[in-house]
Amino acid sequence: MPDPHAGLKPQTALGHDVPVTITIGAVTITERFDVALASLAVRRGRDKDLAKAAKAADLPLPPAAMAQFAVPYSAFWMTPEMWMVEAPFASHEEITAGLKTALGDTASLTEQTDAWVRLDITADNPVPLFERLSNIDLATKPVGFAARTVIEHLGTYLIKRSPTDITLYGPRASAQSLLHALEVTAKSLL
Amino acid sequence: MIINHPILGPRDAQEFVYLGDASLINRPDGLTASPAEMHDYVYLRDNPAGLHRELWYHEQGDRSWLVVTRNTVTHEITKVEMARDVARSMGRSK
Repeated sequence: MPDPHAGLKPQTALGHDVPVTITIGAVTITERFDVALASLAVRRGRDKDLAKAAKAADLPLPPAAMAQFAVPYSAFWMTPEMWMVEAPFASHEEITAGLKTALGDTASLTEQTDAWVRLDITADNPVPLFERLSNIDLATKPVGFAARTVIEHLGTYLIKRSPTDITLYGPRASAQSLLHALEVTAKSLL
Repeated sequence: MIINHPILGPRDAQEFVYLGDASLINRPDGLTASPAEMHDYVYLRDNPAGLHRELWYHEQGDRSWLVVTRNTVTHEITKVEMARDVARSMGRSK
């Protein structure tokens, strides 16, 4: 029987074969599709068991409104007792299976890969861009800050990886809208 | 209006959705409550001019439920708590 998927090919969140990179003035926007995602929620009363299992698996569980970056697992805080875990797609395509093995029944996992569009924004000073886009006062936030906010009416996770590097996770189905908002705002800075 | 989220710090009220009186936490057991008790829970609210405890949902943030104590005359917010902490302090989720 012929492979029914033979004629199909994967697309990035923005609908292309390869991820998009756009430079506007001092702002560079890069689409990322090489990251596997899983959300992780503590099961009731298992906080300590999870912390122990996560430590053994080198899985960071950062405090509120923060992210921690490591190899292979990075994570950012989403809400009390819940995190999003990131890992390289090439090595961790089956991220939930790996985490399930490590964490057992201490946490509930949901695969989130391909549910989001990830845009990495690089600028010498990203503050003027994001003070036009969201409520977050980026200038006062430390490196490692992570929060959900609203950009162009879209619930978006914002992570400050360094003073010049910001990651956004927005709803994949609205990838073009999020990119458009970033482009328009970046142009307004010129 | 700024709501001082207990975990995330001051956040703009536009990120939140208002649900109503915080007494909604105290839902009677639907299998044992009398029709009168259920009626009161669903329909009857106090409408104070002054301090009011109310539920707010951080929809555009971390999606936590808060109990906000707000003065309905001045809009001054005097206390913000996590709704789950309030519920647990009343013996829920144990």
